[in-house]
Amino acid sequence: MSFFSELWDYLDINHSSVVEALTQHIWLALLPVAIAFVLALPLGWAVDRFGVFKHIALTLGSIIYTIPSLALLLLIPGVVGTSILDPTNVVIALTLYSLALLVRTTADGLGSVDDSVLQAATAMGYKPAKRWFTVQLPLAMPVILAGLRVATVANVSMVSVAALIGIGGLGQLFTRGFQLGFYAPPIVIGLVLSVLLALVADIVIVLVQRWLTPWARAAGAR
Amino acid sequence: MVIEFDSVTKRYPDGTVAVGDLAMTIPSGRITVFVGPSGCGKTTSLRMINRMIDPTSGRILIDGDDIAGRPAAQLRRSIGYVIQHAGLFPHRTVVDNVATVPVLQGMSRRTARKRAYELLELVGLTAQMGDRYPVQLSGGQQQRVGVARALAADPPVMLMDEPFSAVDPVVREGLQSELLRLQGEIGKTIVLVTHDIDEAIKLGDQVAVFAQGGRLAQYAAPEELLAAPADDFVAGLVGRDRGYRGLSFAEGAELALRPVDTELDGLRLEVDADGRPLGWRGAEGLLPTEGTFGAGASLRAVTDLTILSPAGAAVRVDAEGRADGLILQSDLADHLRSRQRARLAAKAPAQREPSAEGAG
Repeated sequence: MSFFSELWDYLDINHSSVVEALTQHIWLALLPVAIAFVLALPLGWAVDRFGVFKHIALTLGSIIYTIPSLALLLLIPGVVGTSILDPTNVVIALTLYSLALLVRTTADGLGSVDDSVLQAATAMGYKPAKRWFTVQLPLAMPVILAGLRVATVANVSMVSVAALIGIGGLGQLFTRGFQLGFYAPPIVIGLVLSVLLALVADIVIVLVQRWLTPWARAAGAR
Repeated sequence: MVIEFDSVTKRYPDGTVAVGDLAMTIPSGRITVFVGPSGCGKTTSLRMINRMIDPTSGRILIDGDDIAGRPAAQLRRSIGYVIQHAGLFPHRTVVDNVATVPVLQGMSRRTARKRAYELLELVGLTAQMGDRYPVQLSGGQQQRVGVARALAADPPVMLMDEPFSAVDPVVREGLQSELLRLQGEIGKTIVLVTHDIDEAIKLGDQVAVFAQGGRLAQYAAPEELLAAPADDFVAGLVGRDRGYRGLSFAEGAELALRPVDTELDGLRLEVDADGRPLGWRGAEGLLPTEGTFGAGASLRAVTDLTILSPAGAAVRVDAEGRADGLILQSDLADHLRSRQRARLAAKAPAQREPSAEGAG
């Protein structure tokens, strides 16, 4: 029996569990990015605005990033009080990772906005909040969205680790393949779907970026 | 709109005095230039007018009203502001940049845009440029957009912080002339900061020279600055040839004319049948006049012609180009001498009464 027909048979029999794994993977990977993105805006603002926060937040972010994901997944139930098999653990862990990255890129993005533009906005009569939302934030978007792309792709790959502690996602297909003595079909399916998911998510963000920041491309088309 | 500085001081927490007890009145509808070396407080003074910086002590009044009593954002919307690199919003099209302040004031975007397109033409751009992003324009064009944006809400006052220093000299000259032309149409109260004394002299109706520590060294018309600098600092800043440069501000029409047929050291002006000058006829043959001048020429142009002329006389022509008089070097010298003497004499009493000398 050829490898492809073997693959096909596996999908034929297990398609519902594969779809379920994919759906769960999407949730577990993207929900944390969404939460982290929303939280990163005020935190990034604070880091950009107040010098004291900068050091604390960025050091904390670096520390979080050095904790191995498996260790973090096992640590969270102890701290938060969730059960060890609760998917919330994964969401919290990945939110922390995403946040560590996104706070930094959001602060960098806000800091990269040309000061003369901000001065001009103030001199035109913008009040601080309006200036932040309609001038500084839009101009920081290219950098912020670049960070979001990295966080999203990283999350899609990191969710697989959750299978090691028995939580769903495409990682389950890997563990199943290992349990069946390196049985290739589930491993290959998991791998391909994982890569495709990362690719699609990345493309979606790029499209959003093009839609949000038409001006950023004007420079090249001069 | 008259802007008044009433003993304004800006002192920073570290003790640096950026502006020291500044007292001056900026006239309505004219261009007033703040000039001086970097760190002299000229930009700080400018930025106190729209409350980008608040003074440590003293008051700033616009038409008699203390600006400290007005909400900063609202005050700023009534004062146009142009900065060095234009400071345009990169994420908005040119026309939306220009429409910024009217939209902030509550005008509908559609109406504001319509007016913005008109403003682009006022500052010498085309309406088509309105749909581009700032990055697609040259530095000089961006600066014009900056001026249009400052004018969009038709503010009575416009502040310009080194508006032309980031563009190359040729473009700068064009923008300066354009500003003078524009000011002729709009007649705003303009305060412009520059470190370039030539720009100050070219653009200013009044020039305020700032020295280190935010001291106002002299506040006078540019002509006065060149002819009678208040101290060595101002004289040094104004630089060389100040006597000659000052002649740009006086008209040649003040001078006594000699008849066209006056003989000068064996030379006589030869004219054609219509009376147009052909050259100076003398023992050497026909020598060129090296140019003529008409009504409205500056004293500087006339002086230049007398220097170039083989007869030492500048030839004046009427509107049709017919020679109608000569100005001799000797008459010019007499005129300049009495002019400068009168000017310095007028200044002299102020030195005997120190109280009247003041900051200006």
